[in-house]
Amino acid sequence: MEQLVRMTPRGVSRARQAAGRWLIAGSSSLFAAVVLVQALHTTEILGLGFDNWRPALYAFVLWCIALGVGLVMTRGERGHQLLFLLPALLFTVAVVIFPTFFGLYIAFTDWNLSSVAGRRFNGLDNIRTLLGDAFFWNALGNMVWYVLSVLVQYAIAFGLALLLNAEIRARRFFRVAFLLPFMLSPVAVSWMIGKSIMEYRFGPAATLARLLGWDSPAFFASPWLARSSITAMDAWVWIPFIMILLLAGLQALPHEVSEAAKVDGASPWQTFWKITFPLMLPVSLTAVVLRIIFELKLADIVINVTAGGPGGATDTVSSFIYREYRDRSNVGYGTMLAEFYLVIIIVFVTGLLALANRVMRRFT
Amino acid sequence: MRQGAARRAVIYALLALWALISLFPIYWTLTTSFKTAVDVTQGHLVPWLDFEPDWRGWRSLGLSPDRIGEVSTARQEFLLRFANSITASVGAALLAIFIGAPAAYGLSRFKYKLGPWRNDDISFFFLSQLILPPVVLALPFLVLYKGLAMLDTKIGLIVVYTLMVLPIVIWILRDQFNAIPIELEQAAHVDGASTWGAFLRIVLPIASPGIVAAFILSVVLCWNEYFFAALLTSTDAKTLPVMLASQTGSQGIDWWSMAALATAAIAPLVLIGIFLERYIVKGLTAGAIK
Repeated sequence: MEQLVRMTPRGVSRARQAAGRWLIAGSSSLFAAVVLVQALHTTEILGLGFDNWRPALYAFVLWCIALGVGLVMTRGERGHQLLFLLPALLFTVAVVIFPTFFGLYIAFTDWNLSSVAGRRFNGLDNIRTLLGDAFFWNALGNMVWYVLSVLVQYAIAFGLALLLNAEIRARRFFRVAFLLPFMLSPVAVSWMIGKSIMEYRFGPAATLARLLGWDSPAFFASPWLARSSITAMDAWVWIPFIMILLLAGLQALPHEVSEAAKVDGASPWQTFWKITFPLMLPVSLTAVVLRIIFELKLADIVINVTAGGPGGATDTVSSFIYREYRDRSNVGYGTMLAEFYLVIIIVFVTGLLALANRVMRRFT
Repeated sequence: MRQGAARRAVIYALLALWALISLFPIYWTLTTSFKTAVDVTQGHLVPWLDFEPDWRGWRSLGLSPDRIGEVSTARQEFLLRFANSITASVGAALLAIFIGAPAAYGLSRFKYKLGPWRNDDISFFFLSQLILPPVVLALPFLVLYKGLAMLDTKIGLIVVYTLMVLPIVIWILRDQFNAIPIELEQAAHVDGASTWGAFLRIVLPIASPGIVAAFILSVVLCWNEYFFAALLTSTDAKTLPVMLASQTGSQGIDWWSMAALATAAIAPLVLIGIFLERYIVKGLTAGAIK
């Protein structure tokens, strides 16, 4: 990508530079002072202070603004360029870095919101509990199933993309119809499908199953069936996402290649495996990797339809931790689970990206 | 020729089958909101043909024609949640574009060096936020917001949602800015425009399709968000999905009112899906196809 370079950089006078530096330094000390006072106040060392940390937030915002203005004053054009990036960067760092590090601290404490004892550092106890927590490992095992289900979703989505890419009438209608499930909120889907269509007594899916000769169509009673039902709902929501990506990929393919294959007498089956599929590999990998990343966060449907049951068969890590927070108020341990899961995710996704890169290089 | 006709028949049959799978739950929810208990238990499906539509479900929300003029607490509650959802999702989408668009432009046009970090590293940093699962942030946010007195506030939700969609906004817009020829700005600079002037007056208008796509996709994602809303809000700032979820728990076959609520909650999304489909598609496919 070509870079944009201005022909005439604006000069910056000495006085302006000095003023800019003072501005940054001044606002930094103000911010530090407010945080210090409030910290001392919270730990009850200092009598004076504010009711909450709100003033520290305002001081932080003020510091951000001063930093931006100061950078422009000291660096001129370069400062202006930094100003483009600064708001997004400061925002992300502020709202991600603090929670992540604070979370790491909470993770090593024994902190139950419902107990009177309050927060207490307990070292590695949480890790020890985690290693012996059968429900957590069970949820992690379920994640393997859920992630593998992405491959099935991918296969179906590829089929749908091929159908939409064929020469058909009313293409727009079908495209919109196929996209709609993706637009709906998982919570709404939980009720619409999980609690009503798949309902044991009156749900149309149950009625249909009875018609087909299945006497007791309880979609959420046995463990593997419940997991399959949740997987089906999740797939219903997310297949359109993969399909849209693949369809865009198909539409970008050069027409001549498949035309030439047809002339050479290749069957549609051969054309697909020898030409379309390899050409679609980059898009496919992007779609599957993105989808797996989203799948790792799966929670809403599980929380609202089965709450992890029966016996943890449908639990995802996220829904399990959610219940740890919500029902048991077990904040310290829940956070340890979350941080542990984050480490697993980072390792897994890094490995996945490396694998995807490898596959790409091998085939292209 | 006969083989071709058979092939077409199979294609249309499969298309129709999947259209049925995609649309039936929506149809079911919409029609169920007009059913009575008998229609639900007997599994009636087609209005007017096998059941007579009834306003009962909508009446429980205070949205039926005969109740629309009266004061209704159920309707007030619903409209409050609806308004909260709009504020949170539109607010977050606007904020994400407000700070994300300049960042995407900067990453597309300038050369940054922040310590060891170059443009690609910074882009990756933004994008990597996508893999953060909500559970990791949820609890620290709960504690943070408690300290800042921002629990159960709409502004608190907006901040979290902005964080959630910012990577996507930057991703879409960087792709969009990369597609705009750099000569446009160079010409503007020769004419005396400043860096910001060229960005605001020349590049942003050209990039508006990408901005609209990023905005709509962000609104949809925030509108559907449940996890943070469930943990960070309680009475004032509760959004529609949380309200829906709290009603889902109650058992019984009061399906008509649940269906009415679900219909009202998904209606804006269905409309967006029908009328703004191409922006959703544009947003989703940005950067995926080279």
